[in-house]
Order: sequence, then C-alpha cells, then structure tokens
Amino acid sequence: MSEIVLDGVTKTFADGFEAVKDMDLDIQDGEFMILVGPSGCGKSTALRMIAGLEDISSGEVKIGGETVNDRSPKDRDIAMVFQNYALYPHMTVRENMGFALKLAGVDKSEIDEKVEEAARTLDLEQHLDRRPANLSGGQRQRVAMGRAIVRDPKAFLMDEPLSNLDAKLRVQMRTEVAKLQSKLETTTVYVTHDQTEAMTLGDRVAVMRAGVLQQVGTPAELYDNPVNLFVAGFIGSPAMNFMPAQISGGKLQLPIGEVDLGDLGVEQRDGQVIAGLRPENFEDTEVIGDLREERGITFEAEIDLVESLGSDLFAYFHIESEGVQSDQLADIVEASLEETGAGEIQEGREQIVARLDPTSKVKRREKAELWADTAKLHLFDPESGASLRKQ
Amino acid sequence: MEHEGRDYALWSIAIVLVVLFALIPVLWLISISLKPPDELTDQRFIPQSVSFDNYKSLFEGGIDDSPFIKPLINSIAIALITTVISIVLASFCAYAIARLEFPGKRLILAGALAIAMFPPISTVGPLFDMWRALGLYDTYPGLIIPYLTFSLPLAIYVLVAFFREIPWELEQAAQVDGATPFQAFTKVIVPLAAPGVFTAAILVFIFCWNDFLFAISLTSSDASRTVPAALAFFTGESSFTAPTGSIAAAAVVVTLPIIVFVLFFQRRIVAGLTAGAVKG
Repeated sequence: MSEIVLDGVTKTFADGFEAVKDMDLDIQDGEFMILVGPSGCGKSTALRMIAGLEDISSGEVKIGGETVNDRSPKDRDIAMVFQNYALYPHMTVRENMGFALKLAGVDKSEIDEKVEEAARTLDLEQHLDRRPANLSGGQRQRVAMGRAIVRDPKAFLMDEPLSNLDAKLRVQMRTEVAKLQSKLETTTVYVTHDQTEAMTLGDRVAVMRAGVLQQVGTPAELYDNPVNLFVAGFIGSPAMNFMPAQISGGKLQLPIGEVDLGDLGVEQRDGQVIAGLRPENFEDTEVIGDLREERGITFEAEIDLVESLGSDLFAYFHIESEGVQSDQLADIVEASLEETGAGEIQEGREQIVARLDPTSKVKRREKAELWADTAKLHLFDPESGASLRKQ
Repeated sequence: MEHEGRDYALWSIAIVLVVLFALIPVLWLISISLKPPDELTDQRFIPQSVSFDNYKSLFEGGIDDSPFIKPLINSIAIALITTVISIVLASFCAYAIARLEFPGKRLILAGALAIAMFPPISTVGPLFDMWRALGLYDTYPGLIIPYLTFSLPLAIYVLVAFFREIPWELEQAAQVDGATPFQAFTKVIVPLAAPGVFTAAILVFIFCWNDFLFAISLTSSDASRTVPAALAFFTGESSFTAPTGSIAAAAVVVTLPIIVFVLFFQRRIVAGLTAGAVKG
C-alpha cells in the first residue's frame, strides 16, 4: 500500500510567490500519474514537496497513509530520477546504483545481486564498472533509473527524466519507462512539460497552470472533455483551434458558418463564447462522402500551407476574425514559443490547422471546400475559460 | 590556417619570455648555491666548478647544531597543522555559505574579505605583547593562530567558489538515496570538491610556508622559528664571510617541497572531477 495523497498542499516561497496553490491529488497504489504543464506551473515544486526536498507551506502530503510533512527525504522511502540525472561522478555505475543500499547497511553480496539484477533489466551489465562521464546520455539516463529501481521504494518520482535526450532516444526511452513501470507496479509520479509524454505514459494525467491544478483524468478524458480553455489548448498536438463565436437565439455563429446549438449539449445562453475544434474534426469534402449530409457544416477556405506526413496531411488556413483573447491561451502560446521558437500570430487573422485524409487533393494557395464536424465543438466562456459543456 | 600559425608562434614567444622571466632568478639561486665560497662573486651564471658544500653545511652538526634542520621541522609542522585546521573549518563554513540562506551570510563573507585585506604588519605589535603575556610567544600555537586568521578567509573564498560549482541535485539525490546531511557532505560533496580542497590546501600551505613577518616577530629561538626567519640568522664561516652560499642552498631546499606539492596534486587541481555528473 503506497498511495500518495496531497491534501490542500500549498507552497509559498520566501519572496511571497505561491508556486503551488491548494493542490488536492489522490494517486492510487501502483498508478502512473503524470504532472504536466508549461514551465513555471509548479509541477516540479509539487514533486519536490512529495520528495521532501521542498518544505510544505501548508496542507498535508501522505505516502502510504502516513503524513510525511516533517520527514526528511531519507525517511520517506521514495526514489527520485532527476532531470539532469544527478549521478555521482566519482562513483562507478555499480557504486551509483548501490549507494542507497550501502547507506541502508545492506550486505555487500545482496547489494551486488540487486545491482546486477537491475543492470540486466536496464541492459547496463557491460557498463557496471564505468563512470558516468564515460557514458552516453541514454546510458546515464538508464543508470539514473537503475539507481531508483534497485531500492524497491514505495514510489518513483521522476522530474522530466527524458528531456535531456534527443528526440529519437526520448521516444525509445518513453516506451522503456512505460514497460518498466507496468512491470514493477510501483506508484510513480512523473513530471513533464511535454503533453505527448503525458498522454502516452500516464494512467492519469494532472494538468497544472500557474500553481493551480486544472484537471485530473485519463488521457482520453482530458482530450475529449477538457474542463477549460487551458486544458483544451494544452492537450493534443497539433493544438485545438480556437475561434470567437456568438450565441443568439439558440444558434451559434462561427466565422465558418452557423450551427444549431441544440445538438452540442451545452448550457443555453446568449453572448460571446470561444469555440474550439480539434484539427482532426475537419475534413476535405471530396473525401468525406455521405457524412457531410448527416451533420456538420461545409465552408470554403484558401489554404496557406500544406504539410504532408504520409499518414496525415495538415492544411493551414486562416479565418478573418478578431482573434480570441484569454490569459489561459496566452500561457500556452508562451509555452509553445519556448519550445518551438515559432510564433505565428497575426492581428485580425486566426490560423486554423486541419488534419485531412492523406488522399485529399488540397493545394497551397488554392481554395478548398472543407467540412467541420460541429458535433465535436467545444465551447468556452471567454471570461473564465470554463467549458460550457454540461458535465 | 596561416593566421592560426602566426598566433601560435606569437603566443609561444610570449610564453617563453614569461617563463624565462620567472625562472632566471631561480636558476641564479641554484647557481649561487652550487658555487664554492671563493667563486661566489665571479659574476658567472654557470658555476666554474660545482660544489655541494653549501648544502652540506646546512645539515652539519645534526639536529642540535645545524642552523637549518630544526627550523625546517618547525616549518613543515606549523604549515601542515595550519593547513589541516584551516581546511576543515573553511570547508564547513564554505559549504554553509554556498548552500544555505541564513542571516548574516553577507556579513561573514564581507568580514572574511576584510580580514584578508587587513595589513598583517599592523597586528604584529599587539600580538607580540599579547603572546608574551599569554605565554604563546615563541611557540607553535603562537604562529598557527595568526596564520589561521589570514589563511581562513582565503580558503573560504576558494572553497565557496568550488562548492557553488557542484550541482545541488547531487546532494538532493544523496538525501533521497537515504543519506543524512552529514553523509551527503562527506560521501558526495567533499570527494567532488577535492580539486577545490587541494587548491585551497596548497594556497594555505604556501602562505604559511612563505611567511616571514610573523615568523621573525613572534619567535626567538629554534623552538618555533621557521625557515624564512632562520635564514636571517645564518652566519658565515667566519665573521668576515657572508652566508650567501648557504642562504641560497637553504632557499633551494625550502622551495623543493612546494614544487613537489604542486606537481603531485596538479592533476587533481586541473581535472574537473565533476565532469559527467549532469548532462554533458
């Protein structure tokens, strides 16, 4: 039994900055929980409070039913994998992995046995007597994982463990981590800013923004039913498209057409809203066939750019609109700017991405007729950002 | 390429000039120490005949009668004791300064710097009086205490810089691995700071080894007189001969330990032991 419970946990730094605000989170025994959010959202601070590396300003952290607020990290029986691995450079791989057991006073023969077993699991056997400086990035990462698993702790805490690897290795290690966790069935809290990692690894994902927990749920729940603009925009790649819309008299006015509000399952109200539609909910009318008769709207758009990935085809077009304004979306834009360095925001034009069937014949700088599956529309309150879907 | 070649040549010439400039006095000293007394003033750089008489005279008469052996022992003992005490205290202090936020931290650093800047000569008079009153005059502690005063700030500054270079995650990793703060310090931080610890140790050792001011002022006999002070009391073979040869020989002998020290630890000083700790 080693579930982790955060009960009203708050972290206030000495300068008054609140990094984590009143966070409640129940992590089940054996669960793989992901904390995800843009940088500075408090996810690492939350993890470090669970580890005991950061004092808890108020609230309670329980591991395996016991309150651990006042316990030092060494008494919490948790293992942590750091973003930069934090391997002891003066020790060999074997010593690195056995350090915790040595401190715990375990027999030398037992340490050797456990280290070798972990090394077998992680394919590190031939590197046991080397030092971290002589290992590649991927090997160092595996040693860091090995240091955690030899101890058989109550929980693994991982702080962006894959972010220092190159893209290909990251995907490969992601699978390794997932396999390892399901094999060991140890409660795991994993912090990342990468929503793809969050979606692919986690049993459940907790999305954070500016110190506040936004939504906790399975990847599918977050994807299909985001509770607010932030979660909607953060989860999914490419991100959900947003456009301003107007509700009046039971009709929803979108820049691309008009929809009957009745079908959407949202609260009845009049006024401005923000509409969101994921890229895959667009399709080329040429390929869609009969479905266009059943539901949705069709519209014409001039395609700005086509990206064909073989399995998918992304068409970029724009709609004339005033754009949508929201702090929550600004946060996401900032985060993606940091990551990609690209920003394509133009005054008065909203860029929309559509993920079309690869057989589609749409061409750059040509008009195309597109279909939007309006049954999948998400509507949000422009002030609070909250979803207007009836939960 | 051509440009690089020219740069390389210019740098080489500059380095050779600097090395020559630094080495000529040392070579001259060695040259004097090897000359027999009657050739001392022959103004030749390379001695006509080589004699080790000057060196022999240093050690003649054994521990009781030699003017050099007892001061050499004093020098080694005082410098080593000071170095050990200074490094132990300074590493605790520097660790706290590098890792913790506590009130008065800036004051301690500023105070250490102020003491390091303080002209030692101004403390000699008061110390002379105090030490005689306290019975510390002409004893080991009488020299070790003022040496500590001036070497601690130096050691603290060097070590703070080194401790700050060590990724904090390593210590946190050790804590999560089950180490007490003291274990994390001794098993992870100190081994990683070893190059810094050695650098600080060598600087402190050299400072104590080279000191003349305190040694000449606070000692009066071979009980605690160190080599730099003892050199001033060397006498020639007769009252009409200058002890130049034996002073030169003694200077060569006291320079050797420093050279050995630095050569021995050079690799540890230069090698960044932290390589590979974090993503490289």
